Amino acid sequence: MTAKKLGLKQRYAHMTRGLDWETTYQPMDKVFPYDQFEGIKIKDWSAWEDPFRLTMDAYWKFQAEKERKLYAVLDAFAQNNGQASVSDGRYINTLKLFLTGVSPLEYQAHRGFAFTGRHLRGAGPRVAAQMQSLDELRHVQTQIHTISQYNKYFDGLSEFPHMHDRVWYLSVPKSFFDDARAAGPFEFMIAIGFAFEYVLTNLLFVPFMSGAAYNGDMSTVTFGFSAQSDESRHMTLGIEVIKFLLEQHPDNLPIVQKWVDKWFWRGFRVLGLVAMMMDYMLPKKVMSWKEAWEIYFTEGGGSLFQDLARYGIKVPKYADVATEAAEHISHQNWAVFYQYTHAAGFHTWMPDREHLDWLSEKYPNTFDKYYRPRWEMWAQAEKEGKRFYNMALPQLCQVCQIPMAYTEPGDPTTICFRETQFKGETYHFCSDGCKDIFDDEPEKYAQSWLPVHQIFQGNCGGPTVPDVLNWYRMNNGADNMDYAGSPDEKLWNEWHAKAAEAAG
Amino acid sequence: MAVLTLAPGYESQIEYRDAEKNFHGNRLVYVHWEQHLAFCSAIAFPLPPAMPFGAFVEAVVKPHYAAHPDAEKIDWTQVVWMIDGEKKVPDFSKSLEENGLRHKSLVRFWTPGLGGYKGSAS
Repeated sequence: MTAKKLGLKQRYAHMTRGLDWETTYQPMDKVFPYDQFEGIKIKDWSAWEDPFRLTMDAYWKFQAEKERKLYAVLDAFAQNNGQASVSDGRYINTLKLFLTGVSPLEYQAHRGFAFTGRHLRGAGPRVAAQMQSLDELRHVQTQIHTISQYNKYFDGLSEFPHMHDRVWYLSVPKSFFDDARAAGPFEFMIAIGFAFEYVLTNLLFVPFMSGAAYNGDMSTVTFGFSAQSDESRHMTLGIEVIKFLLEQHPDNLPIVQKWVDKWFWRGFRVLGLVAMMMDYMLPKKVMSWKEAWEIYFTEGGGSLFQDLARYGIKVPKYADVATEAAEHISHQNWAVFYQYTHAAGFHTWMPDREHLDWLSEKYPNTFDKYYRPRWEMWAQAEKEGKRFYNMALPQLCQVCQIPMAYTEPGDPTTICFRETQFKGETYHFCSDGCKDIFDDEPEKYAQSWLPVHQIFQGNCGGPTVPDVLNWYRMNNGADNMDYAGSPDEKLWNEWHAKAAEAAG
Repeated sequence: MAVLTLAPGYESQIEYRDAEKNFHGNRLVYVHWEQHLAFCSAIAFPLPPAMPFGAFVEAVVKPHYAAHPDAEKIDWTQVVWMIDGEKKVPDFSKSLEENGLRHKSLVRFWTPGLGGYKGSAS
């Protein structure tokens, strides 16, 4: 007689039965010490069911299949010298930004979900968080492998983990995740699982992956497809966690709302790097940041928060400020990197006339009035051989750690300055959003490792720019400065001169 | 609000990372030229509190803003100063400290008649 095969649901029940047993050698509160101090009240853990019912053996099988396909494409890409067929040599700089700024966050997410999976006492969320932890580890590995082909030819990629831990602007994404991982497990789930993976993820991955597709980078596109089914699972976990917390106890609502507000704002600030990438760095543009914000936040997020209204959750505080800022942040950020190009781990460039016209068309209310003159002034300086570098270090926001370059809501001519006194010391912020976050937990953010202050304290290799670059392992003259005149540009032009010659 | 933490005595272990004592006798000073956003943000300097305000303007402020076409047009007698949110008339012969600058003070200044490149605040 042949054994009867179990259905998926039965199989899952069989494989996971008893995972949430009551411990007897040690009290449950000692085994799970992290899931109460945040003030979240859970009455019934069993109400949180794992929506995927994916067992480990099935998980390995699905993922292995995806990996086989991905690595077949990566091999073909390498054999065909795909790196020479992207739209333009400038495109590689978006990959530098991604590998140094985003890929290490995948690793941080892996660590964070492993911790959360260990410390939530319900079996459903534990299994789901464990799967996500493994996904995130797979994502960082496949991203490194995908981009490693470019590292054979282009500068700025080889020291990405070291740079992530040290470089001034990479402290922005790094501190974002450090903040989430230094919180309790429920805040981590709202921060990363909900705010980042659910509300804002489309504004990170769609621009990078569509950017890759528009610019002929088939290897990165294939990585994106390989991660897509994982991402939809992550989004489901993110929406499940918020609904579960809100259904468990009415006291959870103000805590969850506070986290939604905080992590929306934190995420919005980090995404400013994506805004700049879309509007300034992609040789072939997908859409403007403002258009992406309208589609993925105003429309997509709008319907999400309508759905959550029945739980009492409101649209995140300062969402209106973020929407207004969509007119400005990409221009303000690229201006930061343009003037600090000597300390950037990727190349910058002056937008040409066609590019400026595109920006004028995409930002009819603001670009010609506030930003076009700035680029024209600098283009004039370049023509006169006086390319502008800012040789002082910028004031940083205590919370998001970005140079305080953002302007007052409704007044693009004036920097937004906010400050707080705490225990006799002044702390500065770029916005009301960042100030509110500090004021709620000043003890946490008084410990921020602000790159500019660390340089002045003597903790970053020395007082001069070359000292600090050396400490960053940034290869001065190759990794940094403008694309024009860089080794990357020289290589790219050589390839294309040869190709033109071969074509006769 | 009391800090929400699992570790007893957490507050006693906090490292206030940017305390004045960590700057080797200097004080952090931020300075910003209003309506000239080509300089993307205020700029930061570690400075001795005994430095005269006039020396700060000559040796720190002027050279770092010199690259702007408006810089040479500044009439320094007409500049409007704001220190930590208050309009002030600094005494150039007195020290930063005597002019009220503390650790992490913000000095903003306006240059009447100069509104940035072609009046764009850049």
